[in-house]
Amino acid sequence: MAVTTRTLADAIAQLREKEAVQAARELLEGGASPTEIFEACRQGVEVIGRQYEKGLCFLPELLLAGEILTQISRMVRERYPTETEARPGGPKVILGTVQGDIHDIGKNMVAFLLEANGFQVVDLGVDVPPEAFVEAIRREQARVVGMSCLLTVGHQSMKRTVQALAGAGVREQVRVMIGGAATNEQVRAYVGADAWGQNAADAVRLAREWMGGGES
Amino acid sequence: MLPEGWKARSRDEKCALRFSAWKEGSGIPFVSEEARRAYQERVQRFWDAMELRRPDRVPISLVVGFYPAKYAGITAYDAMYDYDKLGMAWRKFNEEFPADSLTSCLLITSGRVAEILDLRFYRWPGHGVPEDVSYQYVEREYMREDEYDWFLEDPTDYLMRAWMPRVVGALEGFGHLLPVTPWLEWPFVGPYLVRLGLPQVQRTLHALLEAAQATLEWVQKAAAVDQENSGRLGLPSVWGGFSKAPFDALADTLRGTRGIMLDIYRRPDRLLQALDRMVPLMVRMGVESAGFGTGPFVFIPLHKGADGFLSREAFLRFYWPSLKAVLLGLIEEGLVPWLFVEGSYNERIDLLADPDLPRGRTFWHFDQTDMKRVKQVLGGRAAFGGNVPASLLHLGTPEDVRQYVRDLLEAVAQDGGFVLLNGAVLEDAKAENVRAMVEAGLEYGRYR
Repeated sequence: MAVTTRTLADAIAQLREKEAVQAARELLEGGASPTEIFEACRQGVEVIGRQYEKGLCFLPELLLAGEILTQISRMVRERYPTETEARPGGPKVILGTVQGDIHDIGKNMVAFLLEANGFQVVDLGVDVPPEAFVEAIRREQARVVGMSCLLTVGHQSMKRTVQALAGAGVREQVRVMIGGAATNEQVRAYVGADAWGQNAADAVRLAREWMGGGES
Repeated sequence: MLPEGWKARSRDEKCALRFSAWKEGSGIPFVSEEARRAYQERVQRFWDAMELRRPDRVPISLVVGFYPAKYAGITAYDAMYDYDKLGMAWRKFNEEFPADSLTSCLLITSGRVAEILDLRFYRWPGHGVPEDVSYQYVEREYMREDEYDWFLEDPTDYLMRAWMPRVVGALEGFGHLLPVTPWLEWPFVGPYLVRLGLPQVQRTLHALLEAAQATLEWVQKAAAVDQENSGRLGLPSVWGGFSKAPFDALADTLRGTRGIMLDIYRRPDRLLQALDRMVPLMVRMGVESAGFGTGPFVFIPLHKGADGFLSREAFLRFYWPSLKAVLLGLIEEGLVPWLFVEGSYNERIDLLADPDLPRGRTFWHFDQTDMKRVKQVLGGRAAFGGNVPASLLHLGTPEDVRQYVRDLLEAVAQDGGFVLLNGAVLEDAKAENVRAMVEAGLEYGRYR
């Protein structure tokens, strides 16, 4: 039976790694375009994203889906070296673990899930100083910022970052969400963010509410 | 030294012997009979709680990171490098926040030793994180996916010759050593000895000697501070030893989160074998770090089995069985695992009430888990404690804290078997809030 983009999307959605990679290879050999492949990937990952939001998928599933995508992107680039990474064209979200904290598991989950839902993520990494958030907002013209921290040192850093946004005159153009084990509603109020999310699914919900973008 | 006839004793007898020895506090330089009595009362309080009785009042303990440094006005860098300042700060903290357990300064570790060893898997104040911030672990895939076989065959050999040279720069030389087996026959030892002469190995040996010297300088001062605080204030040190859940041991500093989560799908059998292989190592780590005569609690921080990391099914298959085996191994030696349940376990709290765990032989310290559920599930089976939130201690008011403690004690402490604790490790807080927590514990924690 011929492999279709549907085969690929389903294999990703069911986390059948070898099948997914094989399907992508056969599709490419059969002349499928990078756009078709990436669209199938997006559909598959979207299913994983929804399952995560329903509490049916967890970290291993998100990471494996991400890993499958990486392999397929590499394969596409080998065949079409001039093809730039197919980035989703959706609304932009800037993410970072705030200054003084180098933990990134939670932030990476948020990044993955936002991308799976059609948002463009600009990931600034860990230990991100306030100025770097300001600069990224200006450069990317983004409307949503997500800040993460595992440690309580992040409370001050988040507050300083929100203050820096105000000082630079960009606070009004963005909505700010925070998350991570050291955060809650009390921390949100303290740092002056617009919302707090308990998990990555909350981040997607907030981004959708604020920008109406992404897939619903 | 273990008491005579140790092996023949039952686990309950071993546990009772450990508590008695801890309570005796031999070797602690008590400054007065009053200090000794306070110490013994405190030990008794933990003992009663652990065995699910009602002590005279709820024991209060603080789980503390670098907060004493902040409180005393020194940086985290100072605490790791200037042992006099470290001693000053930890003396002040223990004196001014009179909980029922010693806040030890040993967990702060020495910056100088970290520097000599060229620690690669941690950043510490002034070395990758700001001087006023705690040390933090740098997660990477330090154990490669193709190294399971070596690990399974001989975990210690693997750790020493493959893993340690990667995570500790100065131990590069270990990677050039041969396995120890040639020592079984003296005439076979030649090649092993020749390796010792390699420049990389000699550099490692020199660094080890230097680190040993620096460790002595640090530990003599730091341990003396702990001893003095115990003897002057009558504060028992609660954690005798430490260990880890096998899954976390592999997931944290060996395979890394990404590595282990993918292993669940890509090589589940290897992973399960490695978890089994880890069990006796983790039991031994707990038993040997605890020794005898110290607190019988073995501190085990739980990381990657929490809500959001694994599904219930994956938790039951990959996380719980090997952890349970470690707990049973420690309990068999009369030790009491102190499980620090970081994050939340709201979605799997029921799984902790495993009927195979003997009653009153584990202690569960919660961070963000719903304490009323905890009480429903663990009440009458295992002692537990927690969970004054880090955010409340940092950002709330003393009145908020008092109210929280009061509500918590009313809701879950009434039947005994409870220790009042902060939820996450104390790093940033308002002094008046920490004080309010301790005072509210003293005030509302009395059993009538």
